[in-house]
Amino acid sequence: MSLPTYAGPLERIWYYTFRTICGLIFFFLIAPLVVIVPLSFNAIPYFTFTPEMLSLDPSGYSLQWYEDFFTNPNWHGAVKNSFIIAVFATLIATTLGTIGALALSRSHMPYRSAIMAILISPMIVPLIISAAGMYFFYSKIGLASTHLGVILAHAALGTPFVVITVTATLVGFDQSLIRAAHNLGASPTVTFFRVIVPLILPGVISGALLAFITSFDEVVVILFVGSYEQRTIPWQMFSGIREQISPTILAVATLLIIVSILLLTSLELIRRRSERLRGIKPG
Amino acid sequence: MATSGTTSTAQTLTTADGTPLKVSLSRAERRNRIRALLLVAPLFLFIIVFFLVPIGDMLFRSVENRVVGEVLHRTVPLLAMWDEANGELPSEDVFRALVEDFKQGREDRTIGKVGRRMNYEKSGMTSLFRSTARKARRIEQGPFKEALIKINKKWGDIKTWQLLKRESSALTLSYYLASVDMRFDDNGKVVRQPDDEQIYIKLFIRTLNLSALITVLCLALGYPISYLLATLPARTSNLLMILVLLPFWTSLLVRTTAWIALLQKEGVINDFLVALRLIGDENRLAMIHNATGTVVAMTHILLPFMVLPLYSVMKNIPESHVRAARSLGATPFTAFMRVYLPNTVPGIGAGAILVFIIAIGYYITPALVGGVSGTLIGNLIAYHMSTSLNWGLAAALGSVLLALVLALYLLYDKVVGIDNMKMG
Amino acid sequence: MRNLTIRTLVTVAAVATVCAGVALAQTQLDLVVVSWGGAYTASQQKAYHDPYMAANPGIKIINDDSSAEAVAKIRAMNEAGKVTWPLVDVVAADAISLCDEGLVEPVDHDAILAAAPDGTPASEDFGEMIVSECFIPQIVYSTTFGYRTDLVKVPPKTIKDVFDLRKIPGKRALEKRPIGNLEWALIADGVDPDTVYDVLETEAGVKRAFAKLDTIKDQVVWWTQGAQTPQLLADGEVVMGSTYNGRLFSLIEEKKQPVAMMWDWQMYDLDGWVIPKGGPHRKEVLKYLRFATDTQRLADQAKYISYGPARASSAPFVGKHADLGIEMAPHMPTAPANATNTFLFNYEWWADHRDELNEKFNAWLAR
Repeated sequence: MSLPTYAGPLERIWYYTFRTICGLIFFFLIAPLVVIVPLSFNAIPYFTFTPEMLSLDPSGYSLQWYEDFFTNPNWHGAVKNSFIIAVFATLIATTLGTIGALALSRSHMPYRSAIMAILISPMIVPLIISAAGMYFFYSKIGLASTHLGVILAHAALGTPFVVITVTATLVGFDQSLIRAAHNLGASPTVTFFRVIVPLILPGVISGALLAFITSFDEVVVILFVGSYEQRTIPWQMFSGIREQISPTILAVATLLIIVSILLLTSLELIRRRSERLRGIKPG
Repeated sequence: MATSGTTSTAQTLTTADGTPLKVSLSRAERRNRIRALLLVAPLFLFIIVFFLVPIGDMLFRSVENRVVGEVLHRTVPLLAMWDEANGELPSEDVFRALVEDFKQGREDRTIGKVGRRMNYEKSGMTSLFRSTARKARRIEQGPFKEALIKINKKWGDIKTWQLLKRESSALTLSYYLASVDMRFDDNGKVVRQPDDEQIYIKLFIRTLNLSALITVLCLALGYPISYLLATLPARTSNLLMILVLLPFWTSLLVRTTAWIALLQKEGVINDFLVALRLIGDENRLAMIHNATGTVVAMTHILLPFMVLPLYSVMKNIPESHVRAARSLGATPFTAFMRVYLPNTVPGIGAGAILVFIIAIGYYITPALVGGVSGTLIGNLIAYHMSTSLNWGLAAALGSVLLALVLALYLLYDKVVGIDNMKMG
Repeated sequence: MRNLTIRTLVTVAAVATVCAGVALAQTQLDLVVVSWGGAYTASQQKAYHDPYMAANPGIKIINDDSSAEAVAKIRAMNEAGKVTWPLVDVVAADAISLCDEGLVEPVDHDAILAAAPDGTPASEDFGEMIVSECFIPQIVYSTTFGYRTDLVKVPPKTIKDVFDLRKIPGKRALEKRPIGNLEWALIADGVDPDTVYDVLETEAGVKRAFAKLDTIKDQVVWWTQGAQTPQLLADGEVVMGSTYNGRLFSLIEEKKQPVAMMWDWQMYDLDGWVIPKGGPHRKEVLKYLRFATDTQRLADQAKYISYGPARASSAPFVGKHADLGIEMAPHMPTAPANATNTFLFNYEWWADHRDELNEKFNAWLAR
């Protein structure tokens, strides 16, 4: 959105006003995260900027919350569980969701909108209700307080995102490509991997990411369905907030922010590199 | 679609093996339908078993009321025959059955459950059942009526029996009535709760209002930046996108605590305003532990859910459309209102419904920063789930909330269409 | 394509099975103890778990910080017929209602618990602390007030001062439930503490309590988690607030915040163990309990947290704080200087009136 050359003075003013507004909104988005980082080095266990901190006195800072994170077995278990649960839940959600979305996008699909409504219901039903229902039912069938139970619950919550993103990429999908592949002698498997997958991959990846985040940041269902053995990072954070607020959760958050920055930047770098390799001039 | 090709001419088209084309096509169509259904089946069954059945199971709790009939299994059938209208206490048989039920209930340690259930309807029932159970084992012989009334004179009050009779059926409406601030009075008529116990309708309305406000704020903040992201060159917009994705990746608990640090009295924003002498040190703003705290923190938390669908829709709107409008003489404003905005409606719809639905069921952020005026209905559901343990009421409140959400969803489907929902 | 999916699923299942198998292969017995987490669990870890594990190498005690949801979870487990918790730490009121509903086991205190060093049987040593036949008491704690010494002009001395906005302006933190607050409101309004429950029994009494709370309502920050008041005090968000005395001790003595205690009409409460009905490892649980509730262990716990041991015989053994080296006895809620005016909940009364007053309280809050 560069300023066109024919823009009048009013448009010019609007152009800069608009950018300032956007800048403020981005600031609103990022300010809370910026605040977290210094507070995670706080010497006292409260979320307050002490006078020592503001005057940059070293005694106001400490690494104790990072030390706590790296030495406390509760946090080790939480990090491990978070990844195990999120990875398996994402695998299930992505596999089932992608196949479901492919089926839904076929023109032959009967009762399409009714089925769609049911498939995305986990996204529609308020989380507290889902949590309550799963809690009672999973207790009954022996899935409460098991890893499998939490994984299945999180997978159910993640599928709608996969279904929606994959369906969206399939909206403009030219079905004749499949027929063409068949005519050219490709088996259904080959067609799937060589024709369909490359086309829907962006949708699958963004759906999988959303499903992963849904599980990774989920704090309501895990509190009910899970137990200490299944504790995830949010579970551990919440029990921290309840009993004794400790900036360890800010230290964890800071570490997670750094990891995400690295991840997002490297993804962007990879994308630029591949664009360069394919000879596309970056826009 | 496939059958539309059939002609009305007398000559029937056939395939190579001689079957009429119409039959063959419809057979192929059926095969395709079945194949499509088979493909969607695993996901469909998965959602049914691990998601919808649990929800249905929970909703059933809102009317389920077996405990009274099960524990007082001798008394309840007899009580059903008692004619309460004549204003007399039940017969000696009923009292005898109740004493037996009490003895067994104490043995099995189940009588407390009945007391607890009845206490939802009327205060004092917990101790009535507990103390009666303790003393009833000493009643060896009749007359049982006198013996029970001697233990507690409430057994001589016809209202106790009317209540017991009303709440002894296997299904009850009490929880639903409570969830809309109503109840049965002593005579079994439906009346409104006394003024000092009315709360839920108010909270439902507040939840809807605050969720709507949060949705509008998310739209107001999300629309400009989505537009910017969609129109900037990929290089810049991808970097700016990180500013949207980072909060999205950060735990909502962390973001909530960050807002505590920002908004509180001695917090960053107040310190800043005082330092700039915009406000006095004595008049620091109360931005937390009230509705403001809930709205600000939730708008921040839900903003990415608005930006992502908006962005994906805007990205697919060709720039040439607006340029064409401009070259045809439209002012920038008109071009935006008449050409650009209508094209973004699916994104607005998807983002708005997503934000609204997530907001309506939220409870953790309001619990931490919402104080009293920022409490939402989700907090009350969670409260009844894990603190007051009135699961029937929690389920009733939950199903009312669910009905609201479904109504909105259907409305959305009618106006925008589910198929137009896009994300990421 | 379907084959591939099945293959993936089979691999996933195989990996999951292997992981589970590795977990099961341990020979040690893991005994899960459900408690409150944070500093409280830490004190149990040091006073009970560590010495017990040192003496019993085959047992590994694992802390599950789920006591806040314990009643709900025990009930759900019981309904499902699969109770996985062997031993749970709950407050007295929860123990009573769990016991009433038959969800936890009644115990013979003299049979399963150790006698005092002088031979006094456990039931006498614990005395009135045994408020339910299912409850094995551990500590006496109290809900009381802390205030910012630098933010109030006059330090609050009595419960009346909490309700006096003219004398002490500023926000105060109170727990978001009627229990405790209604009693305080009435006492501050001049009701004789002995007759508080008689007054609350009447419609007019409830109105009177809420009217008193109304006078400070817009200056109250309501807390639900024990950690909130210390945080609010440290942040200067409130000038005074109620919370558990152990939290205030840690805020004042360990974190050195400018906060002091106001003990007037502190609300005593009890915390202790219950054994869920149908829970696993009964034999090991009983063995652990006998150890963890003996006179010395209860006294040891007071080295790490300022809660009073529930056994009378433990009092002489209460020593100095393990890290700070300060004498702990004066910081106990039961210390004579702190206990001039104390209040004990009437559990029975609250069991009856909880549902109705909770509704009234929530409705009052929303007004």
